[in-house]
Amino acid sequence: MSSLLSMKMYADQARTLVLIVLAIILGACADSRLNNPYPQEEGDQAVLYESFSERPKHLDPAVAYSSNEYAFIAQIYEPPFQYHYLKRPYELTPLTATGMPEIEYLNARGDKLASTANDSDIAYTDYIIEIQPGIRYQPHPVLAKNAQGDYLYHHLTAAQIDQLGTLQDLPESGSRELVAEDYVYQIKRLAHPKIQSPIAEMMKNYIVGFDEFSKQVADKQKFEIKDIPMEGVTALDRYQYRIRIKGKYPQFKFWLAMPFFAPMPWEADVFYEQPGLDDKNITLDWYPIGTGPYFLAENNPNRRMILLKNPLFHLETYPSEGEPGDKEKGLLADAGKPLPFIDKVVYMLEKETIPYWNKFLQGYYDASGIASDNFDQAIQFTGSGAATLTEAMREKGIQLETAVTTSIFYLGFNMLDATVGGDSEKARKLRQAIAIAVDYEEYIAIFANGRGVAAQGLIPPGIYGYAEGKDGVNPYVYDWKDGKAQRKSIEVARRLMAEAGYPGGIDSKTQQALILYFDTTSVSIDDRPRMNWYRKQFEKLGIKLVIRGTDYNRFQQKMRAGNAQIFFWGWNADYPDPENFFFLLYGPNAKVAHGGENAGNYQNPEFDRLFEQMRNMENGEQRYEIIQQLQELVRRDAPWVFGFHPKSFSLYHGWYKNLKPNLMANNQLKYTRIDTTARAEKRAAWNKPVFWPLLLAIVVFMLLLIPAVLAYRRRVRETIQ
Amino acid sequence: MIQYIIRRVLYAFPLLMGVNILTFVLFFIVNSPDDMARMQLGQKHVTEQAVENWKQQRGYDLPLLWNSKAEGKEKLTQTIFYQKSAGLFLFRFGISDSDRRNIAADIQQRMWPSLAVALPTLIVGLLVNITFALIMVLFRNSYLEHAGVVLCVILMSVSSLFYIIGGQFLIGKLLRLVPISGYEGGFSALKFLILPVLIGVFSAIGANVRWYRTLFLEEVEKDYVRTARAKGLSETRTLFRHVLKNAMLPILTGVVVVLPTLFMGSLIMESFFSIPGLGSYTIDAINSQDFAIVRAMVFLGSVLYVIGLLLTDISYTLVDPRVRLS
Repeated sequence: MSSLLSMKMYADQARTLVLIVLAIILGACADSRLNNPYPQEEGDQAVLYESFSERPKHLDPAVAYSSNEYAFIAQIYEPPFQYHYLKRPYELTPLTATGMPEIEYLNARGDKLASTANDSDIAYTDYIIEIQPGIRYQPHPVLAKNAQGDYLYHHLTAAQIDQLGTLQDLPESGSRELVAEDYVYQIKRLAHPKIQSPIAEMMKNYIVGFDEFSKQVADKQKFEIKDIPMEGVTALDRYQYRIRIKGKYPQFKFWLAMPFFAPMPWEADVFYEQPGLDDKNITLDWYPIGTGPYFLAENNPNRRMILLKNPLFHLETYPSEGEPGDKEKGLLADAGKPLPFIDKVVYMLEKETIPYWNKFLQGYYDASGIASDNFDQAIQFTGSGAATLTEAMREKGIQLETAVTTSIFYLGFNMLDATVGGDSEKARKLRQAIAIAVDYEEYIAIFANGRGVAAQGLIPPGIYGYAEGKDGVNPYVYDWKDGKAQRKSIEVARRLMAEAGYPGGIDSKTQQALILYFDTTSVSIDDRPRMNWYRKQFEKLGIKLVIRGTDYNRFQQKMRAGNAQIFFWGWNADYPDPENFFFLLYGPNAKVAHGGENAGNYQNPEFDRLFEQMRNMENGEQRYEIIQQLQELVRRDAPWVFGFHPKSFSLYHGWYKNLKPNLMANNQLKYTRIDTTARAEKRAAWNKPVFWPLLLAIVVFMLLLIPAVLAYRRRVRETIQ
Repeated sequence: MIQYIIRRVLYAFPLLMGVNILTFVLFFIVNSPDDMARMQLGQKHVTEQAVENWKQQRGYDLPLLWNSKAEGKEKLTQTIFYQKSAGLFLFRFGISDSDRRNIAADIQQRMWPSLAVALPTLIVGLLVNITFALIMVLFRNSYLEHAGVVLCVILMSVSSLFYIIGGQFLIGKLLRLVPISGYEGGFSALKFLILPVLIGVFSAIGANVRWYRTLFLEEVEKDYVRTARAKGLSETRTLFRHVLKNAMLPILTGVVVVLPTLFMGSLIMESFFSIPGLGSYTIDAINSQDFAIVRAMVFLGSVLYVIGLLLTDISYTLVDPRVRLS
């Protein structure tokens, strides 16, 4: 009887268990996307999902200087100018300014000069900028006021601060109009030693009174600088301010399109400087305040960062003109419509490429780069060498956008070195021979999946002065054949070696094989094939290349002391002007002598003279000619083996609209539009859960248990022999 | 026992001081304050003045261990070592060198997600591993045990990275049953935790089941087990009631010692599943030469390990009445 009862109980329990499992499965089926990492209610909203792999360290526009930081702050802060989203070559347009800056030249006495004045007569240049009235800051506790007009949170008590967890714990927020004084205040912040702006040392050379101001306020609190004047920066009225720089520096206007020169309300520093807030990590670096299209609603760079549309964003419309072909591509379909189109942007931390890529394929990220692991899955090359999407990507409606970046990677020679450096014909020919032998087309094919363009000179495509076709070819390394640049044969390089006194790579003086040293920080196992490749390139000339692997710190020390012989380096443009590349070889910027960016310590008086002439010129025929002369000089002297300009490959889902790569602008987010209906449909279709393998696994497990149970019962019942 | 605990706590001080000195020396053998400054300031437009400013702002302009220019006790206190280390013993971790964030607040925020993965993995793992180990002992000397051992060896021979990538591919991508990666607070975390916990448990089955099986096999041959069987107790009852209880001591040693360090997280697991825990905090700090975080995390790790060992000793007395702390 009791066994019958217990059997019935087991049966009841088993039935309940089956019902529960079925209920779970049916419940799960009702939601077709169990793998959705986002809240269901966001499904049909205008939310853009992006990722980031490295947490931004600084969101203070005076300090931030890396691309992962700009990805956020460029959406929040607004400098007076920006790059036109569609036009190429890159063109500055007003952002918060009413127009482009009014530029006035002054002599040493402060008298105005004509715009055609000689460079030598120009002692100062004034940039007079007028901003639009009516622009307001995002709602922020920093600007919250009570009924009497006093700031609510500028005098928090220790107890109040103690209760704070995040800035959102302060319930009230306020706003105010953007005024010219905010731009002036931000420039003063750049000079404050406590802020440690990365461009402070450079701006000392340009902005009048910057250095003096920096010394004057060294022991002052950040907010105390508000009422201390800086000679070169003045608010002329509520909406107009003037920046006075030393001499003539036409590229200064590009700096005015960078977040360094975005406005900062003085109230921010007053608020954040309150003692105890930094212990709570409530700082300007963490909770920015701007006038841009978005504000930072959640900042947890360990997990995600969320931007929400700024409810007080001023009127800005999608551009109504672009370059030829943009209209046909649908890039002007939203012309004249108010920006931004996206309500919310969610940035998720994804450190690993595999989960990131899989989530992109599931539709949970709207865009993706292409890691080398996934390259073959996404991209194929046609017979003509053009990159296209694979069939699998096309079936998903994914779009591919490629763009040659405004950067260069190069193999540098230390021009102070006794063997490879110097201005002698012998050393020059040796460098030219190496430039021919190191086959960067092969490098791009092997190590970059074809994502790059071999460099013909110092400046990359898209920068003024870059010459296309035959005119742009480096004649010391390439021949123009059949309508394209073709690397000179290795025999030419060997001949140059012989002329340099190293026939077959043997030093004719010592009769020993020439040994050169390559200093690099690429020391991991993954880097070994690349280093072997370099060795083989030099072997073509009989040169023995010794790889001197070192850590980053030692490498930097060697570069500063001029102890490296050959090195690999790169540069990414700050702004789209050839000056920002040629200055890398300007004598007074030599690293050893002056601590500048001329890492190879190249010195050529003719180059320096032409550079000084070119940097102050407006774009035009004369400037173009000088740029070509500069290119010729560096191609002949070969202080670098011009490596390559990387090509960025990005994938976007079909629902991603208004897509045009803009390598200079960082604030493209406001132009982006998402077809949310299409996205919801695709996601639902791509992410239906599959249960049968799970059920099959459970059944197999149960079946496996049967012999175990039988064996156990047999063992229990067996008698001792 | 109180005296024993106090004595152990006092012993910990020189130990922690030693760890602190070692961390300091190792870090500054590889890096100098100048290197740290240059790393933080980036590669563009970095001048000597900017480097000096950076060091001065963060207190790295002092001598490392001995300030010969200072007077009296300041020769010792006006050094980077003293300034950066003294606060640690009061659990004042200070501000990070790279992004100027309060380290204690960061640790507080990041340890919970780490714990959310590590604790269920430990508990479920213990239950699963002990169960499988006992089943193997139950079927000892049978084909089931042999097959189980072979399976364990296979499982423990596979890299944990394979389990992670394979698990994400199979369950997240092919079956689409859970998100591939991500994290949410509160109960919403559940769907994000299933996969990492499952993989965490599965990847450790091989090694742990074998280890527990060895413990149980040792125990099962003892006289009291034979006596229990002779008294007519069933094999399952003998194993689960008597053998398990007596084998708890070595199991406890392994478990209790890791309890405090569960907060520290797992680097690979958290990285692949985008779990905002402490796993990558130290590695990121080493990569960015953030000495403030490195010393704080090494110190914290040492403290937690010392606590773990102490807890293990105390737990012995609870499990085995014969053990006395003196």
